[in-house]
Amino acid sequence: MGPGIRVAGMNSLPLLSRVAESVYWMARYMERAENIARYITVNLNLQLDLPMDPAHQWRPLISITGDTERFDERYDSSTQADVLEFLTHDEENPNSMFSCLRAARENARSVREAITPSMWEQVNGMYLRSLALKGAVRKEWPVEEFQEIRMGCHLFQGVTDATMTHNEAWHFVRLGRKLERADQTSRILDVKYFMLLPSASYVGTPYDDIHWSAVLTSVGGFEMYRRKYGRINPPDIVDFLVMDQDFPRSIHFCIRTASESLAAIIGVSGVDVAYPSEQRMRVLQRSLDETPVEDILRTGLHEYLDDLQAKMNTIGGELAKDFFAGYTAKQSQLQTMGTVDS
Amino acid sequence: MHPAKTTTIHKAPRTRLDPVARKTTRGTSMQFGTYETDGFHDEMFDSNGEARPEAQLLLETIESLPEGQLQRCQRAADRLLLQLGITFNVYGDSAGTERVFPFDLIPRIIPAGEWSRIEAGLKQRIFALNAFIDDIYHDQKILKDKVVPAEVIRSATFYRPQCAGIHPPRGVWCHITGTDLVRHGDGNYYVLEDNLRVPSGVSYVLENRDLMKRTFPQVFEGLRVRPVDDYPSNLLNMLESIAPAGARSRPQVVLLTPGLYNSAYFEHSLLARKMGIPLVEGRDLIVENDRVYMQTTRGLRRVDVIYRRIDDDFLDPTVFRKDSMLGVPGIVDAYRKGNVALANAPGNGVADDKVVYAYVPAMIKYYMGEDATLPNVPTYLCWRDEDRQYVQENLEKLVVKAANEAGGYGMLVGPQSTTEQREEFAAKIEAHPRNYIAQPTLALSRVPTLVGERLEGRHVDLRPYVLYGDEIQVLPGGLTRVALRKGSLVVNSSQGGGSKDTWVLESESLA
Repeated sequence: MGPGIRVAGMNSLPLLSRVAESVYWMARYMERAENIARYITVNLNLQLDLPMDPAHQWRPLISITGDTERFDERYDSSTQADVLEFLTHDEENPNSMFSCLRAARENARSVREAITPSMWEQVNGMYLRSLALKGAVRKEWPVEEFQEIRMGCHLFQGVTDATMTHNEAWHFVRLGRKLERADQTSRILDVKYFMLLPSASYVGTPYDDIHWSAVLTSVGGFEMYRRKYGRINPPDIVDFLVMDQDFPRSIHFCIRTASESLAAIIGVSGVDVAYPSEQRMRVLQRSLDETPVEDILRTGLHEYLDDLQAKMNTIGGELAKDFFAGYTAKQSQLQTMGTVDS
Repeated sequence: MHPAKTTTIHKAPRTRLDPVARKTTRGTSMQFGTYETDGFHDEMFDSNGEARPEAQLLLETIESLPEGQLQRCQRAADRLLLQLGITFNVYGDSAGTERVFPFDLIPRIIPAGEWSRIEAGLKQRIFALNAFIDDIYHDQKILKDKVVPAEVIRSATFYRPQCAGIHPPRGVWCHITGTDLVRHGDGNYYVLEDNLRVPSGVSYVLENRDLMKRTFPQVFEGLRVRPVDDYPSNLLNMLESIAPAGARSRPQVVLLTPGLYNSAYFEHSLLARKMGIPLVEGRDLIVENDRVYMQTTRGLRRVDVIYRRIDDDFLDPTVFRKDSMLGVPGIVDAYRKGNVALANAPGNGVADDKVVYAYVPAMIKYYMGEDATLPNVPTYLCWRDEDRQYVQENLEKLVVKAANEAGGYGMLVGPQSTTEQREEFAAKIEAHPRNYIAQPTLALSRVPTLVGERLEGRHVDLRPYVLYGDEIQVLPGGLTRVALRKGSLVVNSSQGGGSKDTWVLESESLA
C-alpha cells in the first residue's frame, strides 16, 4: 500500500491536505522574507567597508534567490536602488520581501481556523506595514526597516511556538521553516562564490575576511562562530554553517529538526507505509552526519551546495506528493474503503 | 426603632433634545449638539427629543466623554478592523478586493420587553416556514387546500424538484436563518425578508461586540447587555444534533466554503475557528459509495455534518448546475440516503421567494392556527392584475424588488429614483410580472451615528439569527446594519452600509 491510498485512523485529529500545504508554505515564505531582510542589511553595511564600485556589490544578491533572469528582463542596471526595489517591494518578483509577506499572509488567511489569532495578527500586521511602505516614494533605505522585518519574523516564530498546539499542523509549519532556512543558509554561503573582490590579490586580505564575516553576519552567526573557532578561516566557516550540530541556522541542524518534524507527522501509524519524502530526508541527514568538511571543499563548495539545494528541492516535491496531493489513486483507495466504517 | 433617615432620591434628569438649547448650552459636550430626529422613529430619542429610558445611561456616558474621545475610540476600532482582518471581498473589484465593513461605535439598544416579542415572533415564523418547506417537498397540502397558489411554487426560482421526498434529520430544513426586520415610523417591527438559504453577517455580530469591548468599554457600565459569544457553541450543538443516526459520539462537522475569494470568506473562517471545526472547500471533499470524506494528510476521513455556505446551485454538479467547480459531485445523493446532514437543507430557498414571502402570515395561520406576531410589510404581487396596476401607477412611492434577488441588487427605491429608472422597472414588471413585488417605502428607524465630528441619525435594519435543531433559538439582538449615506435606506454592505453593535438588555435592566 503506497502513501496515496491511506485511510485515516479515527482517533487522530484530521488535518486537511490543503491546510497542511498552506501552513507549510506560510512558514516557508515568512522564513524567506526574513532571510531577504538579513542579506540586504549585511550588504548595506558591507558597502561601507569595501573599496569598490557599489554597482558590483548588489548584483550577487540577485543570484542568492536565483532570479537573475527575471531581474535582467525588467531592470537595465544593477544599482543599489534597482536591486533593492527588486528584492523588497517589487510585486512582480515572487521572491521579493513584499511578495513573500503577501504569500505568507494569503496562506495564513486561508487557514485561520488552523493557526492562532496571535499568529494571524502578526503576519497580517507585517503585510499591512509592508503594503504601506510599498506605496511610499523613497530615496533611502533605512536599515531599521529590514531590522523590523527580521524581528517581525522572529516574533511570528515565537508566537507560533508559544501559542499553537504542537500538533501535526505545527510540525508542518516547522518543517517548512526548517527546509526554507537550510535552503537560505546554503544560498547565502554560496553567494561568496559570486561575490567579486576587486582583484585576485585581495584574496586572503582583510577585505576577504570582511566578506566572510558578512556571510556569517547574514545568518546572525558571527559571534557564535567566533566563540567556537576564533579566527576567520573559510573551512571553519563552511563547517560551522553546513555541519554544526547546534547552531540553529546550520544546514545540518535545520535538516535534523525538519527530519524530526517529518517523523512526528508520520507518527507511529505510518510504520508500515513508505514515504519517499522521509526516505530522502533520512539519506540527506545521514550524508550531513558523515561527510567531513574536507570532502566538501575538495568537491568544491559551490558544487556541493548546488547538489544540496537540488536534494532539498526533491524532498519538497516528495512532501507535496506524500501529503498535499490528496486523492490521487482513486481506484485503489476505493478498495480499502470498506474498512473505514460501516 | 429609629425612624429611617429621610433620603431624597434624585432621579437622573432626562436628557432633553432641544436643538437650540444644545447649540448654546452644551459647552464641551457637543456630541449631540444639533442632533435632529427629523420626524423618524429614533432608537435613542422619543418624538419629544427625550432619551428613551433604555438609552438614558448610554447617553449620559457619551455626553460625559472628553472632547474627541468618541472619535478616538472610533479610530481605534477602525484600525482593529484591519489588524484583525475583518474584511469582506467585493465582487468585480480587482484592486484591493478586501474591504472592511464599517463599524459605528454607537450601539443600538433593544429593551427586554421589546425583544421578547421579537423573539416569540421569529420562533413562530421559523416554525411555520419550516413546516411549509417540509410540506412543499412532501404532500403539498397547503397547495391542495389552495392557501398558497400552486403556480407560485412551480414558478419559484429556488424551488428544487430534486428535493422532493427527502427527509432531512428531524425534519428541519432551515437550520440557520437571518430574518431581516425593520422598524417603521409607527414604531412597529415588520419582517422584510426571511433569508433562509445561506444568510451571512453573524460574524459581524460577534466581532462588533468584541470591538466594542476593546475600544469603548466604559459604555457597558451599569447596563446588563445580553451576551452573544455563545452563538458558535449553540451553532455547533445544533449541527451535531442533526448528525445522521449511527455517527460517532462526536460527529465530524465541517464548514464548506466556496473559498478565499468569496465575499463572506471572513465569516466562514471565523465560524470554523470559533467552533473548532475544519473549514473545507469543495476540492477537499469527495464522495464514495454515497458517503462524504475529506482528504487529510493521513488519507480519507468520514464527514457527518456539513454547514455549507455554498448556494444550492453550486453544491453538486451532478444534481444542480453542471458547471459548478465549487461543489462536490455526489454530495446530494449522500445526503438523500441519509449518510450526511446538510445545513441548511437544499431546496429551502423556495420560501425565500418574495412572492412566497407574502403568504407567510397565511402559513402561520394554516400550520399553527395563530396570527403572525411579527407582521409582514404590505406587499403587492405584480402577477396579480390589480396589484400590478397599482404598482405601475405609484412607482415613485414604492420599493420594487426582484422576487429572487438579495444583497440590495435588482431593486428600485421609488422616492429616490429617476424617471429613467422608473421606466426601466415599469418595462421589466410588464415583461416578467411574476418576478417583481412592491412594498410601500418604509420610514426605517434611525440610530445616532458618528459622522465626522458629529452624531447624526442614520437608518437601520435588524437581522436576528435563528437556529433550529432540537429547538428554535434566537441569538439576542443580531446584526444592525446602518445606511451610512445621509438619507439612504439601503443598508447592504455592498451598497455603502455599515454596522453597529446591537444590545438586548436583560429584563432586570431598565426596560
